[in-house]
Amino acid sequence: MNKSNASPQINDFAIKIATVNGTGSASANTLLMKSIFRSGIPVMGKNYFPSNIQGLPTWYEIRVTKQGYVARSGTVDLMVAMNAETYARDVKEVSPGGYLIYDSTWPRPSLLKREDITVLGVPLAKLCNENFNGVRTRILMKNICYAGVLAALLDLDLEQIRSLLAETYAKKPQLVDSNMKAIQLGYDYAKQNFQCPLPLRVEKMSKTAGHIMIDGNTAAALGCVFAGATVAAWYPITPSTSLMDAYKAFCDRMRVDPETGRKNFAFIQAEDELAAIGMTIGAMWNGARAFTATSGPGVSLMSEFIGLAYYAEVPAVIFDIQRVGPSTGMPTRTQQCDVMAAAYASHGDTRHVCLYPSNPEECFYMAAQAFDLAERLQTPVFVMSDLDIGMNDWMCRDLKWDDSYRPDRGKVLGKEEIEKLEKFYRYFDKDGDGIAYRTFPGVHPKAAYFTRGSGHTQFGTYTEDSAEYQIVLDRLLRKWETAKKLVPRAIIDATAGSDIGIVSIGSCDGAIHEAIDVLKTHGVRVNYMRVRAFPFAEDVERFLAAHKTVFVVEQNRDAQFRSLLALETKVEKAKLLPLLHYSGLPISSTFIVDGVLAHVRPQPKQQEALGAAG
Amino acid sequence: MTYLAKPKVAHPSLPKNKLGLTRREYEGALSTLCAGCGHDSITAAIVEACWGISLEPQNLVKLSGIGCSSKTTAYFVSGGHGFNSVHGRMPSIAMGANAANRELAYIGVSGDGDTLSIGLGQFCHAIRRNVNMLYIIENNGVYGLTKGQFSASADVGTKAKKGDTNYQPPVDPVLLAMTLGATYVARSFSGDKEQLVPLIQAGLSHRGFALIDVLSPCVTFNDHEGSTKSYAYTREHYEPAVHADFVPLEREIVADYKEGESLPVVMHDGSRIVLRKLDSTYDPTDRVNAQTHIQERMKAGEYLTGLLYVEPNEKDFHDLNATPDTALNKVPYEKLSPGSKGLEKILSRYR
Repeated sequence: MNKSNASPQINDFAIKIATVNGTGSASANTLLMKSIFRSGIPVMGKNYFPSNIQGLPTWYEIRVTKQGYVARSGTVDLMVAMNAETYARDVKEVSPGGYLIYDSTWPRPSLLKREDITVLGVPLAKLCNENFNGVRTRILMKNICYAGVLAALLDLDLEQIRSLLAETYAKKPQLVDSNMKAIQLGYDYAKQNFQCPLPLRVEKMSKTAGHIMIDGNTAAALGCVFAGATVAAWYPITPSTSLMDAYKAFCDRMRVDPETGRKNFAFIQAEDELAAIGMTIGAMWNGARAFTATSGPGVSLMSEFIGLAYYAEVPAVIFDIQRVGPSTGMPTRTQQCDVMAAAYASHGDTRHVCLYPSNPEECFYMAAQAFDLAERLQTPVFVMSDLDIGMNDWMCRDLKWDDSYRPDRGKVLGKEEIEKLEKFYRYFDKDGDGIAYRTFPGVHPKAAYFTRGSGHTQFGTYTEDSAEYQIVLDRLLRKWETAKKLVPRAIIDATAGSDIGIVSIGSCDGAIHEAIDVLKTHGVRVNYMRVRAFPFAEDVERFLAAHKTVFVVEQNRDAQFRSLLALETKVEKAKLLPLLHYSGLPISSTFIVDGVLAHVRPQPKQQEALGAAG
Repeated sequence: MTYLAKPKVAHPSLPKNKLGLTRREYEGALSTLCAGCGHDSITAAIVEACWGISLEPQNLVKLSGIGCSSKTTAYFVSGGHGFNSVHGRMPSIAMGANAANRELAYIGVSGDGDTLSIGLGQFCHAIRRNVNMLYIIENNGVYGLTKGQFSASADVGTKAKKGDTNYQPPVDPVLLAMTLGATYVARSFSGDKEQLVPLIQAGLSHRGFALIDVLSPCVTFNDHEGSTKSYAYTREHYEPAVHADFVPLEREIVADYKEGESLPVVMHDGSRIVLRKLDSTYDPTDRVNAQTHIQERMKAGEYLTGLLYVEPNEKDFHDLNATPDTALNKVPYEKLSPGSKGLEKILSRYR
């Protein structure tokens, strides 16, 4: 049964687990991933879950990767098929030479149709029914049981698993024993019936020291706490909600005065996204650091207010955890489909600063940076995360915090400074950088001004005069130029010395790094620029100008980032070749490798297809 | 025009409040509303009210949405910050601003379109959160800036200037607020400064959401034959009075009536409204009783005015959130960041 003669595949394979949501499989999957991580082996976990509470198919992908890659490979070496409803497609997805584990309580001879894979049947339901009582417990334990099977097949450390369970259920020790019992059942069955371990297996390494496993929403929330944000307003929407939940949880632990029980934060669940952004703007206008988190539909609703904040120059921080659109789309799947919507949100001439984090680590730093930029530039700032970054656990370097950090409140006049002024003019460009001075309510009567979305002069008064209106609008353009100097630089790797470049944003980064390595083995060398912010600075212009062919890799159908580059730089549009991934699953390295190879080594048919896409 | 600065000339004999400020120092830019607009009288009442309670001008935050009423925040207390936001969304700006700094006084001025149509949701939820602010609706039953469409407070049977009849029942902000648990609910009339000023003052000092629905006639867009709110009807019944403040109010109406009496005040635009001063037996602290009373009088075609309901001891947003007594925007950064050592502890959970 076991292909013992196959060459070992150590610390380099992908497992996919197909289950039904609401059956406790998330605990089993986290357990597996964390035990691999604790064994010092780099690991990636991706959750593909339905917009549903219980009963629909869900998948979890674990990639064990000694090289430390953080993206999907696009292949499946071992499938745990726990959901009869999706058997057919799950069997198909296994790579040739791979393995499939299924619950053989109900034998499925039809599964054995594939000759090129190894099918391992484990009577999981039977084992659990014989050893546990209660329907719910049996269902939950069946999922823990497959983790035990995998532990034996992959050679995972059982003690490691036990200590993880002890941590998880520190407050309910009886659950440690029952879970461990289920693990042992699966483990023993596999040991007795299969040749363990399989050629694909884990071996301890020491590559995870100095790293953590964290999701981007948690990391972003942490960034907000460290940036000193005190007002959080939002309306629940997947996949952004966990960011707010995390912020509240951190604040409940760390922002409550131990003596008085008073909370140094305000957490407001708004009635809708229109109110959420209004509260954020109101709080920032009044001198607190405030933020909201949302996803595409929320950005659409917030757009009117975002235009007001742009024109009236009120800072705001908006986390857009992008999900599949248009409309409700597929709310639990990932895309980068709000690139244009965020960059130009609202009516009239508006442009907004956008930051593009590529992983949770960057979510942490960019969250804090977003507040500094918003206050320095007195404008809304978007942090453009996505579901893949936001809700999946990523292995990343330890987060660090510089204790000398103090919030950059930008040009805010205090009482003494106002006292010295003859008169305060809110929208006057004293310094020539396009940024005027602002004041907070309650500080000084001389500092009062009227904030409005209607036409205003540089002195802060109402106007319908063309020239006066244009003075302010033109100054906003000067401010935009200043923004280019302040936003994070692109990360450029030109060591390949190639005239072919890849340009991308955000969560494509991991897959691109891997693709570049793979392309090298095909003799194709490419340079790479990861843009980290809009507006685009000089470095982006230079990279685009320096390459003959530029693949623009992004996760949406309409090449939105490519459009933004074409609109906002001098680049010749024809040389920007789109590589578009928009299935809703995180982009894989294979997709990028295939896309690049199809162009640089064209087959007649493939070239045609690419032309059509462009 | 609001961009014309109003000359600040103060006669030395003008009375001063406790802060040594005259009423002139509580005024704002010149109003650009139509001569005789009820809104200008409310502005004057706000000036009077703030001066009377010696409010530090810089401690007043003025918020509004869009519409004729929302322009008025520019016309009073120029020493306080103002925020003219987007249509119907002032309550969320107020909520955010109030969350950031609970030490200031917040006054929101809105209209019947801004509050009862586009802003109905935010209005309701601001009440539910009991945001500590005074919320004034300048209610005239009509859209002014877009020239005469019915608003959600227009009475059934009202005729628009162009001849259409309104068949949809009105949204009554007072009854709505009562059902949502509002803690301070009042109704008044722009022409009754005597009643309005103390209501504003009490509303500003109320902890929580204070609503004053002020009937404030539109002199321009509901002034025609067949309307229940026509100007002609008004002229037949009342003598226009000249307001002492800064707007020449040739057509301004001032109602003056005694406690317990019901008075058929026909408003500027001629709607048949009967104002009733609260009688001495009225208990504005019993929500159910007050609500029933209001509805009974409404059925009879009368509008009860005055302080209709008050619960001074309800918890406001900050009480419920357990925020400190001082403003959140004054909490020093050192108290907000866990620091690098705190971070290390946090990270141990992600290993």
